[in-house]
Amino acid sequence: MPTATTTRANFRIGEKVRVDARPVQGHCRTPLYLRGKTGVIVDVLGSYKNPERLAYRSPGYPATVLYKVRFQQTSLWPAYPGSATDTLDADIFEHWLFAAKK
Amino acid sequence: MREPTRKTELRGGAGGRAVHDVGGLDFGPIDREEHDLALWEKRVDAMLVLLVGPKKDAFKLDMHRRMIEDYGQQTYDRTTYYEKWARSIRNLLVEQDILTRDEVEAMMADVTATHRNAGREVATDTIAWL
Repeated sequence: MPTATTTRANFRIGEKVRVDARPVQGHCRTPLYLRGKTGVIVDVLGSYKNPERLAYRSPGYPATVLYKVRFQQTSLWPAYPGSATDTLDADIFEHWLFAAKK
Repeated sequence: MREPTRKTELRGGAGGRAVHDVGGLDFGPIDREEHDLALWEKRVDAMLVLLVGPKKDAFKLDMHRRMIEDYGQQTYDRTTYYEKWARSIRNLLVEQDILTRDEVEAMMADVTATHRNAGREVATDTIAWL
């Protein structure tokens, strides 16, 4: 069983990422409205024990890197009534992210 | 006790939407009125903070979230914030072998009897274990 307490970040600030759209059984911290959406990494928040494992009495290793990802509100909601420049920031773990094509 | 004001909204489907994951669904306007917490709600809050703290470390906050998300949809919508916490704390103390179900039931019967004997109104409904 892997026991890494810190994990190296594979994405850097400014990189475009897509959130995995996989369905989930059980606890996870990636809301459904962000799955399949594309955003930009705006911060690397560090590596943390995996909450999806901690929730089921596991020690939570390997640690997984948490990012702050910025999304355009208009890309999340089809009838978004606010400004076209509005954004939403969400904290998302690396195992939910793919590099997005430019 | 404050009743939750939001309506129940069906959110099944193949998209993997869990009961708590309601972002983007229409539950009507948000109640923005400030309200005080009842004493029991403050106590439940304090209990959780102590139980997940480094000294007790009875369970992890992520387990608490999982337990709350395991609610059935209608029960989830009909219970208040701290009712969800109270049920989760009780269930996790049993799951972690800190208390047995019998011990919890015995304590609840004891407390109920004390209040009833003092002539206070006692709630008769119970929170399902599952």
